Amino acid sequence: MLHTINKSPFEKNSLDTCLRLAKSGSEILLLEDGVYAAIKGTAVEPKMRQALSDYTVYALGPDLKARGIEEDRLIDGIEVVGYDGFVDLAANSDRVQSWL
Amino acid sequence: MKFGILVNEGPYQHQASDTAFNFTKAALDKGHDIVRVFFYHDGVNNGTRLTTPPQDDRNLVNQWSELAKEHELDLVVCVAAAQRRGIVDEDEAKRHGKNADNIAEGFHISGLGQLIEMGIKADRVMAFGD
Amino acid sequence: MGNGAKKFMYVNRRAPYGTIYALEGLEVVLIGAAFDQDVCMAFVDDGVFQLKKGQDTNESNMKNFSPTYRALGDYDVNKLYVEKESLEQRGMSEDDLLELTYEDEEDDYKEKPSIRIVNKEELADLMEQQDVILNY
Repeated sequence: MLHTINKSPFEKNSLDTCLRLAKSGSEILLLEDGVYAAIKGTAVEPKMRQALSDYTVYALGPDLKARGIEEDRLIDGIEVVGYDGFVDLAANSDRVQSWL
Repeated sequence: MKFGILVNEGPYQHQASDTAFNFTKAALDKGHDIVRVFFYHDGVNNGTRLTTPPQDDRNLVNQWSELAKEHELDLVVCVAAAQRRGIVDEDEAKRHGKNADNIAEGFHISGLGQLIEMGIKADRVMAFGD
Repeated sequence: MGNGAKKFMYVNRRAPYGTIYALEGLEVVLIGAAFDQDVCMAFVDDGVFQLKKGQDTNESNMKNFSPTYRALGDYDVNKLYVEKESLEQRGMSEDDLLELTYEDEEDDYKEKPSIRIVNKEELADLMEQQDVILNY
Protein backbone atom coordinates (compact mmCIF):
# COMPACT_ATOMS: atom_id res chain seq x y z
CA MET A 1 0.00 0.00 0.00
CA LEU A 2 1.27 3.43 -0.96
CA HIS A 3 0.81 6.30 1.48
CA THR A 4 1.41 9.87 0.36
CA ILE A 5 2.09 12.79 2.68
CA ASN A 6 1.96 16.36 1.39
CA LYS A 7 2.19 18.25 4.69
CA SER A 8 5.21 19.65 6.49
CA PRO A 9 5.76 17.60 9.67
CA PHE A 10 6.53 20.87 11.44
CA GLU A 11 3.01 22.18 10.78
CA LYS A 12 0.58 19.25 10.58
CA ASN A 13 0.22 15.76 12.06
CA SER A 14 -0.23 13.89 8.75
CA LEU A 15 3.16 12.20 9.03
CA ASP A 16 2.48 11.07 12.62
CA THR A 17 -0.94 9.71 11.72
CA CYS A 18 0.43 7.93 8.69
CA LEU A 19 3.21 6.33 10.75
CA ARG A 20 0.65 5.29 13.37
CA LEU A 21 -1.68 3.61 10.86
CA ALA A 22 0.51 2.38 7.99
CA LYS A 23 1.33 -1.31 8.09
CA SER A 24 4.95 -2.34 8.18
CA GLY A 25 6.26 -2.93 4.64
CA SER A 26 4.22 -0.11 3.12
CA GLU A 27 5.64 2.55 0.84
CA ILE A 28 5.53 6.20 1.88
CA LEU A 29 5.96 9.02 -0.63
CA LEU A 30 6.72 12.53 0.63
CA LEU A 31 5.60 15.27 -1.74
CA GLU A 32 4.74 18.97 -1.79
CA ASP A 33 5.48 20.35 1.73
CA GLY A 34 5.77 16.75 2.93
CA VAL A 35 9.34 16.66 1.54
CA TYR A 36 10.56 18.71 4.52
CA ALA A 37 10.36 15.46 6.53
CA ALA A 38 13.17 14.02 4.39
CA ILE A 39 15.87 16.43 5.56
CA LYS A 40 18.80 15.41 7.79
CA GLY A 41 19.46 17.18 11.06
CA THR A 42 15.90 18.23 11.83
CA ALA A 43 13.79 17.47 14.90
CA VAL A 44 11.89 14.98 12.75
CA GLU A 45 14.95 12.98 11.67
CA PRO A 46 14.85 10.41 14.53
CA LYS A 47 11.21 9.65 13.70
CA MET A 48 12.08 9.23 10.02
CA ARG A 49 15.04 6.98 10.79
CA GLN A 50 12.72 4.80 12.84
CA ALA A 51 10.20 4.82 9.97
CA LEU A 52 12.87 3.69 7.54
CA SER A 53 13.18 0.40 9.41
CA ASP A 54 9.49 -0.36 8.78
CA TYR A 55 8.76 1.33 5.47
CA THR A 56 10.32 2.25 2.14
CA VAL A 57 10.36 6.03 2.00
CA TYR A 58 10.47 8.12 -1.16
CA ALA A 59 10.57 11.87 -1.77
CA LEU A 60 9.36 13.60 -4.93
CA GLY A 61 12.40 15.10 -6.67
CA PRO A 62 10.69 18.05 -8.39
CA ASP A 63 9.27 19.16 -5.02
CA LEU A 64 12.69 18.89 -3.34
CA LYS A 65 14.23 20.96 -6.13
CA ALA A 66 11.49 23.59 -6.01
CA ARG A 67 12.25 24.08 -2.31
CA GLY A 68 16.02 24.23 -2.74
CA ILE A 69 16.66 20.96 -0.94
CA GLU A 70 19.77 19.27 -2.33
CA GLU A 71 19.82 15.49 -2.36
CA ASP A 72 22.91 15.36 -0.11
CA ARG A 73 20.77 16.94 2.62
CA LEU A 74 18.42 13.95 2.70
CA ILE A 75 18.33 11.26 5.36
CA ASP A 76 20.18 8.16 4.10
CA GLY A 77 17.83 5.55 2.73
CA ILE A 78 15.23 7.93 1.36
CA GLU A 79 14.88 7.40 -2.35
CA VAL A 80 14.18 10.28 -4.74
CA VAL A 81 11.64 9.71 -7.52
CA GLY A 82 10.15 11.86 -10.29
CA TYR A 83 6.50 11.99 -11.37
CA ASP A 84 7.11 8.89 -13.50
CA GLY A 85 8.35 7.10 -10.39
CA PHE A 86 5.29 8.35 -8.49
CA VAL A 87 3.07 6.79 -11.19
CA ASP A 88 4.98 3.50 -10.92
CA LEU A 89 4.63 3.46 -7.14
CA ALA A 90 0.88 4.00 -7.42
CA ALA A 91 0.50 1.40 -10.16
CA ASN A 92 2.53 -1.20 -8.28
CA SER A 93 0.72 -0.87 -4.93
CA ASP A 94 -2.62 -2.51 -4.24
CA ARG A 95 -4.14 0.74 -3.01
CA VAL A 96 -3.23 4.33 -2.29
CA GLN A 97 -4.00 6.43 0.74
CA SER A 98 -3.34 10.16 0.44
CA TRP A 99 -3.05 11.64 3.94
CA LEU A 100 -4.46 14.99 2.88
CA MET B 1 -3.72 0.59 -15.62
CA LYS B 2 -6.73 2.86 -15.15
CA PHE B 3 -6.30 5.86 -12.87
CA GLY B 4 -9.00 8.10 -11.46
CA ILE B 5 -7.81 11.56 -10.39
CA LEU B 6 -9.49 13.59 -7.65
CA VAL B 7 -8.55 17.27 -7.29
CA ASN B 8 -9.77 18.86 -4.06
CA GLU B 9 -8.18 22.31 -4.16
CA GLY B 10 -8.25 25.24 -6.54
CA PRO B 11 -5.28 26.38 -8.58
CA TYR B 12 -2.55 28.61 -7.08
CA GLN B 13 -3.74 28.57 -3.45
CA HIS B 14 -2.43 25.02 -3.09
CA GLN B 15 0.00 22.89 -5.07
CA ALA B 16 -2.60 20.12 -5.33
CA SER B 17 -3.76 20.96 -8.84
CA ASP B 18 -0.15 21.23 -10.10
CA THR B 19 0.72 17.85 -8.60
CA ALA B 20 -2.45 16.28 -9.98
CA PHE B 21 -1.68 17.72 -13.41
CA ASN B 22 1.93 16.51 -13.38
CA PHE B 23 0.86 13.06 -12.18
CA THR B 24 -1.85 12.81 -14.86
CA LYS B 25 0.59 13.84 -17.58
CA ALA B 26 3.22 11.35 -16.38
CA ALA B 27 0.62 8.56 -16.22
CA LEU B 28 -0.53 9.31 -19.78
CA ASP B 29 3.09 9.43 -20.98
CA LYS B 30 3.55 5.95 -19.55
CA GLY B 31 0.56 4.67 -21.49
CA HIS B 32 -1.89 4.47 -18.57
CA ASP B 33 -5.54 5.41 -18.94
CA ILE B 34 -7.19 8.26 -17.05
CA VAL B 35 -10.80 7.26 -16.36
CA ARG B 36 -11.75 10.77 -15.26
CA VAL B 37 -10.45 13.82 -13.45
CA PHE B 38 -12.98 14.85 -10.84
CA PHE B 39 -12.85 18.32 -9.28
CA TYR B 40 -14.37 18.62 -5.80
CA HIS B 41 -14.34 21.06 -2.87
CA ASP B 42 -12.43 24.20 -3.95
CA GLY B 43 -11.03 22.07 -6.77
CA VAL B 44 -14.00 23.24 -8.85
CA ASN B 45 -12.15 26.56 -9.20
CA ASN B 46 -9.84 24.83 -11.67
CA GLY B 47 -12.75 24.98 -14.09
CA THR B 48 -13.30 28.72 -14.53
CA ARG B 49 -12.14 30.25 -17.80
CA LEU B 50 -12.11 33.71 -16.17
CA THR B 51 -8.77 32.92 -14.53
CA THR B 52 -6.09 35.38 -15.65
CA PRO B 53 -2.78 34.67 -13.91
CA PRO B 54 0.24 36.93 -14.55
CA GLN B 55 1.96 36.42 -17.92
CA ASP B 56 5.09 34.92 -16.37
CA ASP B 57 3.16 32.24 -14.45
CA ARG B 58 1.59 28.98 -15.60
CA ASN B 59 -2.08 28.99 -16.55
CA LEU B 60 -3.33 25.87 -14.84
CA VAL B 61 -6.87 26.11 -16.19
CA ASN B 62 -5.57 26.24 -19.76
CA GLN B 63 -3.14 23.42 -19.02
CA TRP B 64 -6.02 21.17 -17.97
CA SER B 65 -8.09 22.24 -20.99
CA GLU B 66 -5.24 21.49 -23.38
CA LEU B 67 -4.41 18.15 -21.81
CA ALA B 68 -8.09 17.21 -21.98
CA LYS B 69 -8.21 18.10 -25.67
CA GLU B 70 -5.06 16.19 -26.48
CA HIS B 71 -6.06 13.01 -24.62
CA GLU B 72 -9.87 13.28 -24.64
CA LEU B 73 -9.90 13.48 -20.85
CA ASP B 74 -13.17 13.60 -18.97
CA LEU B 75 -12.84 16.66 -16.70
CA VAL B 76 -15.82 16.70 -14.34
CA VAL B 77 -16.64 19.54 -11.97
CA CYS B 78 -18.96 18.57 -9.10
CA VAL B 79 -22.26 20.39 -9.45
CA ALA B 80 -22.99 20.82 -5.73
CA ALA B 81 -19.51 22.15 -4.97
CA ALA B 82 -19.61 24.31 -8.11
CA GLN B 83 -22.94 25.91 -7.20
CA ARG B 84 -21.58 26.95 -3.82
CA ARG B 85 -18.54 28.54 -5.42
CA GLY B 86 -20.04 30.14 -8.51
CA ILE B 87 -18.75 27.87 -11.25
CA VAL B 88 -21.49 27.63 -13.87
CA ASP B 89 -22.03 26.38 -17.40
CA GLU B 90 -24.74 27.54 -19.77
CA ASP B 91 -27.37 25.12 -18.48
CA GLU B 92 -26.67 25.87 -14.85
CA ALA B 93 -26.77 29.62 -15.55
CA LYS B 94 -30.19 29.25 -17.15
CA ARG B 95 -31.51 27.01 -14.42
CA HIS B 96 -30.51 29.41 -11.67
CA GLY B 97 -31.23 32.66 -13.50
CA LYS B 98 -27.61 33.82 -13.67
CA ASN B 99 -26.56 36.27 -16.37
CA ALA B 100 -23.25 34.57 -17.21
CA ASP B 101 -21.39 31.29 -17.22
CA ASN B 102 -17.70 30.71 -16.68
CA ILE B 103 -16.91 27.05 -17.29
CA ALA B 104 -13.60 26.52 -19.08
CA GLU B 105 -13.16 24.52 -22.27
CA GLY B 106 -13.02 20.77 -21.78
CA PHE B 107 -14.64 20.85 -18.32
CA HIS B 108 -18.22 19.87 -17.66
CA ILE B 109 -20.45 20.02 -14.64
CA SER B 110 -21.98 16.82 -13.34
CA GLY B 111 -23.04 15.07 -10.14
CA LEU B 112 -21.10 13.52 -7.30
CA GLY B 113 -22.13 10.13 -8.62
CA GLN B 114 -19.39 10.59 -11.21
CA LEU B 115 -16.82 10.48 -8.40
CA ILE B 116 -18.17 7.17 -7.09
CA GLU B 117 -18.38 5.79 -10.60
CA MET B 118 -14.76 6.82 -11.12
CA GLY B 119 -13.84 4.86 -7.99
CA ILE B 120 -15.66 1.82 -9.34
CA LYS B 121 -14.11 1.99 -12.82
CA ALA B 122 -10.54 2.92 -11.90
CA ASP B 123 -7.86 0.54 -10.67
CA ARG B 124 -6.45 3.32 -8.49
CA VAL B 125 -7.93 6.57 -7.27
CA MET B 126 -5.37 9.29 -6.64
CA ALA B 127 -6.52 12.15 -4.41
CA PHE B 128 -4.78 15.51 -4.49
CA GLY B 129 -5.73 18.20 -2.02
CA ASP B 130 -4.87 20.15 1.10
CA MET C 1 -24.60 -5.67 -2.19
CA GLY C 2 -24.14 -6.67 -5.80
CA ASN C 3 -21.41 -8.96 -7.03
CA GLY C 4 -18.16 -7.18 -7.72
CA ALA C 5 -18.95 -4.40 -5.26
CA LYS C 6 -15.86 -2.46 -4.31
CA LYS C 7 -14.86 -1.62 -0.77
CA PHE C 8 -14.87 2.14 -0.22
CA MET C 9 -13.49 3.75 2.92
CA TYR C 10 -14.07 7.42 3.59
CA VAL C 11 -11.43 8.66 6.01
CA ASN C 12 -12.43 11.78 7.92
CA ARG C 13 -9.61 13.66 9.60
CA ARG C 14 -11.06 17.17 9.81
CA ALA C 15 -13.18 18.89 12.38
CA PRO C 16 -16.58 20.22 11.24
CA TYR C 17 -17.33 23.94 10.58
CA GLY C 18 -13.73 25.26 10.53
CA THR C 19 -13.53 24.01 6.95
CA ILE C 20 -16.09 22.51 4.57
CA TYR C 21 -14.33 19.16 4.14
CA ALA C 22 -16.49 17.30 6.68
CA LEU C 23 -19.78 18.52 5.21
CA GLU C 24 -18.84 17.91 1.58
CA GLY C 25 -17.25 14.60 2.55
CA LEU C 26 -20.56 13.51 4.04
CA GLU C 27 -22.32 14.47 0.80
CA VAL C 28 -20.06 12.04 -1.07
CA VAL C 29 -20.97 9.24 1.32
CA LEU C 30 -24.71 9.88 0.93
CA ILE C 31 -24.55 10.01 -2.88
CA GLY C 32 -22.24 7.01 -2.92
CA ALA C 33 -24.77 4.96 -0.95
CA ALA C 34 -26.94 4.73 -4.08
CA PHE C 35 -24.19 2.79 -5.88
CA ASP C 36 -24.54 -0.36 -3.81
CA GLN C 37 -20.88 -0.62 -2.86
CA ASP C 38 -19.37 -1.87 0.40
CA VAL C 39 -18.95 1.39 2.28
CA CYS C 40 -17.41 2.29 5.61
CA MET C 41 -16.23 5.48 7.26
CA ALA C 42 -13.22 6.05 9.48
CA PHE C 43 -12.88 8.93 11.91
CA VAL C 44 -9.29 9.76 12.74
CA ASP C 45 -7.54 12.77 14.29
CA ASP C 46 -9.85 15.83 14.33
CA GLY C 47 -12.39 13.82 12.34
CA VAL C 48 -13.69 12.43 15.64
CA PHE C 49 -15.03 15.92 16.43
CA GLN C 50 -17.55 15.47 13.60
CA LEU C 51 -19.41 12.94 15.73
CA LYS C 52 -19.48 15.05 18.92
CA LYS C 53 -23.02 15.27 20.22
CA GLY C 54 -24.75 18.52 21.11
CA GLN C 55 -23.64 20.57 18.09
CA ASP C 56 -25.61 23.83 17.90
CA THR C 57 -24.91 26.34 15.14
CA ASN C 58 -27.74 28.77 15.90
CA GLU C 59 -25.47 31.57 17.00
CA SER C 60 -22.81 31.03 14.34
CA ASN C 61 -25.30 31.05 11.44
CA MET C 62 -23.79 27.97 9.79
CA LYS C 63 -25.62 24.89 8.61
CA ASN C 64 -25.75 22.25 11.35
CA PHE C 65 -25.17 19.05 9.43
CA SER C 66 -24.73 16.92 12.52
CA PRO C 67 -28.27 15.42 12.22
CA THR C 68 -27.31 14.08 8.77
CA TYR C 69 -25.05 11.48 10.40
CA ARG C 70 -28.22 9.96 11.88
CA ALA C 71 -29.50 9.28 8.35
CA LEU C 72 -26.46 7.19 7.42
CA GLY C 73 -27.99 4.02 8.86
CA ASP C 74 -30.99 4.35 6.52
CA TYR C 75 -28.54 4.54 3.61
CA ASP C 76 -26.89 1.26 4.66
CA VAL C 77 -23.79 3.11 5.82
CA ASN C 78 -23.46 1.42 9.17
CA LYS C 79 -19.75 0.87 9.71
CA LEU C 80 -18.39 4.03 11.30
CA TYR C 81 -14.96 3.24 12.72
CA VAL C 82 -13.67 5.72 15.29
CA GLU C 83 -10.01 5.44 16.20
CA LYS C 84 -9.58 4.99 19.94
CA GLU C 85 -6.20 6.76 20.03
CA SER C 86 -7.62 9.87 18.33
CA LEU C 87 -10.51 10.00 20.82
CA GLU C 88 -8.20 9.63 23.80
CA GLN C 89 -5.77 12.28 22.53
CA ARG C 90 -8.72 14.67 22.51
CA GLY C 91 -9.94 13.79 25.99
CA MET C 92 -13.06 12.14 24.60
CA SER C 93 -14.83 8.84 25.03
CA GLU C 94 -17.71 7.06 23.31
CA ASP C 95 -20.12 8.90 25.62
CA ASP C 96 -19.26 12.18 23.87
CA LEU C 97 -20.36 10.85 20.50
CA LEU C 98 -23.73 10.83 18.74
CA GLU C 99 -25.75 7.67 19.28
CA LEU C 100 -25.99 6.33 15.75
CA THR C 101 -27.84 3.15 14.96
CA TYR C 102 -29.04 1.06 12.03
CA GLU C 103 -31.56 -1.73 11.61
CA ASP C 104 -29.86 -5.02 10.84
CA GLU C 105 -31.90 -6.66 8.06
CA GLU C 106 -30.14 -9.96 8.63
CA ASP C 107 -30.97 -10.01 12.32
CA ASP C 108 -34.73 -9.35 12.47
CA TYR C 109 -34.21 -5.58 11.98
CA LYS C 110 -32.67 -5.25 15.40
CA GLU C 111 -31.33 -1.80 16.14
CA LYS C 112 -27.56 -1.87 16.40
CA PRO C 113 -24.91 0.78 16.97
CA SER C 114 -23.16 2.06 13.82
CA ILE C 115 -20.18 3.49 15.67
CA ARG C 116 -17.43 1.03 16.43
CA ILE C 117 -14.40 2.10 18.42
CA VAL C 118 -11.28 0.49 16.98
CA ASN C 119 -7.64 0.76 17.94
CA LYS C 120 -4.89 1.76 15.53
CA GLU C 121 -3.97 -1.83 14.68
CA GLU C 122 -7.57 -2.73 13.86
CA LEU C 123 -7.94 0.40 11.74
CA ALA C 124 -4.68 -0.33 9.91
CA ASP C 125 -6.00 -3.82 9.09
CA LEU C 126 -9.29 -2.39 7.84
CA MET C 127 -7.49 0.06 5.55
CA GLU C 128 -5.55 -2.79 3.97
CA GLN C 129 -8.86 -4.43 2.98
CA GLN C 130 -10.16 -1.48 0.95
CA ASP C 131 -10.24 -0.90 -2.78
CA VAL C 132 -10.76 2.85 -2.67
CA ILE C 133 -9.77 5.14 0.19
CA LEU C 134 -10.90 8.75 0.09
CA ASN C 135 -9.56 11.21 2.62
CA TYR C 136 -11.24 14.39 3.74
